[in-house]
Amino acid sequence: MSGFQESIVVTERARTALLEKLKEAQRAHGHLSKASVSEIAQSLGAPLSEVYGVATFYSFLSIRPRGRYVIRICKSAPCYMKHSEMIVEAVAKAIGIKPGQTTPDGKFSFELTNCIGACDMAPAMLLNDEVHGSLTPGKIASILKACV
Amino acid sequence: MPEKEMLLKYCGVIDPRDIRTFREAGGFKAWEKARDTMTPDQVVAEIKASELRGRGGAGFPCGVKWELARKTAADEKFLICNADEGEVGAFKDRYLLQGDPFTLIEGMAIAAYAIGARTVYIYLRAEYRFLRNNISNAIEQAREQGLLADLTIDIFEGAGAYVCGEESALMNSIEGKRGEARYRPPFPPTEGLWGKPTIINNVETLSTIPHIIANGADWFSKIGTEKSKGTKLFSVSGDVKKPGVYELVLGSSLKELVVDLAGAENIKMVQVGGATGAVIPSWLLETPLAYETTLGSGAVTVYDQSRDILDFVYRTVEFLAEESCGKCAPCREGTEAMLEIVSRLAGGDGVQEDIKALEELSASMAISSLCGLGQAASIPVSDTIKHFRDDYETRIKQSVFLRSLRGAPSTTA
Repeated sequence: MSGFQESIVVTERARTALLEKLKEAQRAHGHLSKASVSEIAQSLGAPLSEVYGVATFYSFLSIRPRGRYVIRICKSAPCYMKHSEMIVEAVAKAIGIKPGQTTPDGKFSFELTNCIGACDMAPAMLLNDEVHGSLTPGKIASILKACV
Repeated sequence: MPEKEMLLKYCGVIDPRDIRTFREAGGFKAWEKARDTMTPDQVVAEIKASELRGRGGAGFPCGVKWELARKTAADEKFLICNADEGEVGAFKDRYLLQGDPFTLIEGMAIAAYAIGARTVYIYLRAEYRFLRNNISNAIEQAREQGLLADLTIDIFEGAGAYVCGEESALMNSIEGKRGEARYRPPFPPTEGLWGKPTIINNVETLSTIPHIIANGADWFSKIGTEKSKGTKLFSVSGDVKKPGVYELVLGSSLKELVVDLAGAENIKMVQVGGATGAVIPSWLLETPLAYETTLGSGAVTVYDQSRDILDFVYRTVEFLAEESCGKCAPCREGTEAMLEIVSRLAGGDGVQEDIKALEELSASMAISSLCGLGQAASIPVSDTIKHFRDDYETRIKQSVFLRSLRGAPSTTA
């Protein structure tokens, strides 16, 4: 392989780190700011438009500020059949925001998500990386209380 | 046909955090047998002879795929384990990754040896991040035991996209691109990740491999039906007393699974295979679960008589419209158009022509979409129109009547 071809391969392969870099930046700053998106694009030698395209493609990445705790309640059929809407209501009541919003103090973001693969313990939700299943409004209160 | 434990053999028996318990139970014997007594070509031939088909949903013959990658000359080849279990109602891969990550690693070692790959990626969905330590710990222990030689196994974490379970979108995601489907050909076994020969197998498929190598293709191919060999895991949820993962010999009836094992009652319908899976009405519960009939990824969601068909269709289409990657027009626009019609029907604003429009849309999406998502998106719609047409027509008639009471124009219906 010529040096030129090799450097193309290296640049191409480096981009495999993109998702992880975006996630790291999001973990550090709560979301993906303009600055971090362009910084990551530069570090990988990738076009900004494409990196922005990736940042907005995946549902776990966000270009808007998010809370320290992200609540994702599953809204897919198996959870819906087990009254996930009651859980949505319970969370909304407890933290005072609707799905798609973040609390003003930056503590909670609240989202509805598609199947999280916890259908055997429906209704279920993710609290950051953790799965909570067989939810009841009562359980929601104690789970949220543990968030500090 | 009975329940049979092959894939679930070690779940709940071994300690998933301690490789010694797995080895004491006989683990990694198949890998040692392949490595020490078989050539890669012999391994490929054995898997081909077993007639194992992919467990992720598409059902492609595993050995045929491996052979293609084996025979393609390249300086580098890849193996990818698809752990992006995003299908609605599917959780059997989670169960394996939690309860027995070692059999998967053993299967990956055998597969990489067979096709000649030095690098393996496990594409783990972001929703399963909590399993990451369990898997990486198992990889580390296998490495310490000298079982992996110079094989690299990396965990690549997704970021929340159903479509990345589709193999070409999955490769784009690893390459740091949007998870959009690719045009095919070329197919991954000849030109996949970074243009190199790549085999992508589901967690369950790879976890089946050690059992075939240990016991032989003859043993394996005697289990099941003519075109569906072995056992299959089913994730059962919805209106059942005992939701969970069940393992059955392929060809067992849907009734055995949902009624006898999971305890379903007053069934209206069962969706088999996730969001784009077939809808089986209660009067067809004797349907065998096999590639010849209906199987998919083995996600089985049971709906009892209290459930509303149009509500189900609406939720399903809403999911598919959200998860369409947007690359091809038939799926991007088709799922949106379908959602518009279905939400009108479900919301009481339907007209008679809507059913015909859905049928036409279904037919064109099925033949013109780029990947499985768009091709199969219409299945729940067309299946429910086929089996529950009365539910659609009754809803439309009631809607027209109610609108006439409100004094709204009765439009065309």
